[in-house]
Amino acid sequence: MTFDTEYFNIGYLDSLSYKDTFVHRIDPRVKLIVTFIFILVVVSFPKYELSSLMPFFVYPVFLLTAGDVPIRAIAKKVLFISPFAIFIGIFNPLLDTKVMVTVLGIPITGGWISFFSIIVKFILTVSTALLLIAVTSFPGICEALERLKLPRIFVIQLLFLYRYLFVLLKETLRMVRARDARSFGKRGKEIKTFIRLISVLLLRTLEKAERIYQAMLSRGFRGEIRVSKRHRLKYHDIIFAIFSISIFFLFRNFDVVDYIGEILNRSFR
Amino acid sequence: MHMADALLSPTVGGALWAGTLGAIIYSAKKLKEKMDEKMIPLMGVLGAFIFVGQMINFTIPGTGSSGHIGGGMLLAILLGPYAAFLVVASVLTIQALFFADGGLLALGANIWNLGIYPCFIGYPLIYRALVKKDKSAKRIIIASVLSVVVGLQLGAFSVILETKLSGITELPFNTFLLIMQPIHLAIGLVEGFVTAGIVNYVRNLRPDIIEDLEGVNGLSSGRSLKKLVIVMAILTVITGGAFSWFASTHPDGLEWTIEKIYGKPEIPEKKNPITENLSKFQGKTAVLPDYSFPAKEEAGKQPSWPAVDAGTSFSGLVGGIMVLVLVVIFGLGIKIIRRYKEKT
Repeated sequence: MTFDTEYFNIGYLDSLSYKDTFVHRIDPRVKLIVTFIFILVVVSFPKYELSSLMPFFVYPVFLLTAGDVPIRAIAKKVLFISPFAIFIGIFNPLLDTKVMVTVLGIPITGGWISFFSIIVKFILTVSTALLLIAVTSFPGICEALERLKLPRIFVIQLLFLYRYLFVLLKETLRMVRARDARSFGKRGKEIKTFIRLISVLLLRTLEKAERIYQAMLSRGFRGEIRVSKRHRLKYHDIIFAIFSISIFFLFRNFDVVDYIGEILNRSFR
Repeated sequence: MHMADALLSPTVGGALWAGTLGAIIYSAKKLKEKMDEKMIPLMGVLGAFIFVGQMINFTIPGTGSSGHIGGGMLLAILLGPYAAFLVVASVLTIQALFFADGGLLALGANIWNLGIYPCFIGYPLIYRALVKKDKSAKRIIIASVLSVVVGLQLGAFSVILETKLSGITELPFNTFLLIMQPIHLAIGLVEGFVTAGIVNYVRNLRPDIIEDLEGVNGLSSGRSLKKLVIVMAILTVITGGAFSWFASTHPDGLEWTIEKIYGKPEIPEKKNPITENLSKFQGKTAVLPDYSFPAKEEAGKQPSWPAVDAGTSFSGLVGGIMVLVLVVIFGLGIKIIRRYKEKT
């Protein structure tokens, strides 16, 4: 990925989060907690479990459609599956060659099942994490973290970082373009050039921090920053939380897939 | 070397989250005690700097491939351990949300692997100890290479431990070790030289800035580190224990290691009326059924979750496809309702 596209991606997810739909209006605390429980439940499945994970696609699909998020925005990133997960997972089919099931005459080894289980878990967890930010603005997440009693200085940190990220991204974009325009192939991108480039960026950043501090002082900063609280826990938030969490536990405790498969199987015979 | 949710078990992920949260709260408290308020904007903007800095590629000498910096040690040098740790944590949080680097459960592990080691081990124990008196350029190079390498080796080793303890990979421990550690040795060497390069360059250009920073983060002596380590260790162990309460009937996670050690999935324990009653109670209240210790009398029975066998697998396949179709229909339904609502 080039610098330009990465820059574009962050801005794009940010712009999605300012829509106004049912899921956007849910209290960010509720969304954060429900999503976290979702991830815990998904990864709690043992490693040879594949089909029982399928019902869980309902949650990301719900966030995607109800939140009016273009599927392409999420799919692009999820399909760019973390090389690390693939790298770790791909050893399973090579090392675990015990045949576990035979579907339609094709023997399937335990390694392939656990490999695909990793991939499905990966898609589920990563897409929900991305969708969470797409349907909750970043300041909203920070508000939730503040109210969940995370240290204020950490939350302020996040807000500051996010605010100045876009400023620095623009500046860096120009620097990287300038370097690329002056370099040919791999020439010009050596460590030596990089160190100078990033050192200059660091100096500029430090000077910027000084100016920001002066500006804050002149606006009455006394070492205290308040995080804006716009959300209040409403009726529909609680209903959403109870409903989705009980569905997760239903899918976890009862093998819905097997049940449906069994019914279909019988009706065909 | 970002961990991913898919490679973690809830036990390992939860335990590391607890340790990481403990470290965040502790660092915030330490900073609050005698922080220069100048630090607030400085930390935020430097976080953004590291974030964009990671996006600039450079050619790694000798290999022809390109890489980028991590920046944990650079932050520790500029800000001191506590502030640097909070900045690393916030950079990783934003990356987890916007780039989906790993995921939300793995975020705890990632902050641990990439934040704790450079900030609380590499910097105070190695870098600071080496650079304390002699601040020559050469000294800075040695110190930063050494501290970065140690930090990354510990981080890589933690990744191995976390993945193995989660019991999802088939990769043998030794092979895993032989793959991960040398790669991260190479990464560490490059990162160490780049970090030293930046520190030295900035020091030459604007020595006042570095001195100024050293004044601001003056509180960052490693005196209370022992306490932090104790707090983190206790939190991790407690949560790990609480979560493995839910450990599976299938040997995974902690049981996997226990099985390796004892040859049996459970630590051989004497019959104890209290634990027996506790596990009975646990069996009744378990939220995740497979994650409960099987009560003793149940041990002979089939596990509650159907094991994979030929009989159930076909209906599993059919059912799985059916469920996916239903999910798609569900999504389309919501979309249609949305469109309809927008029109009216």
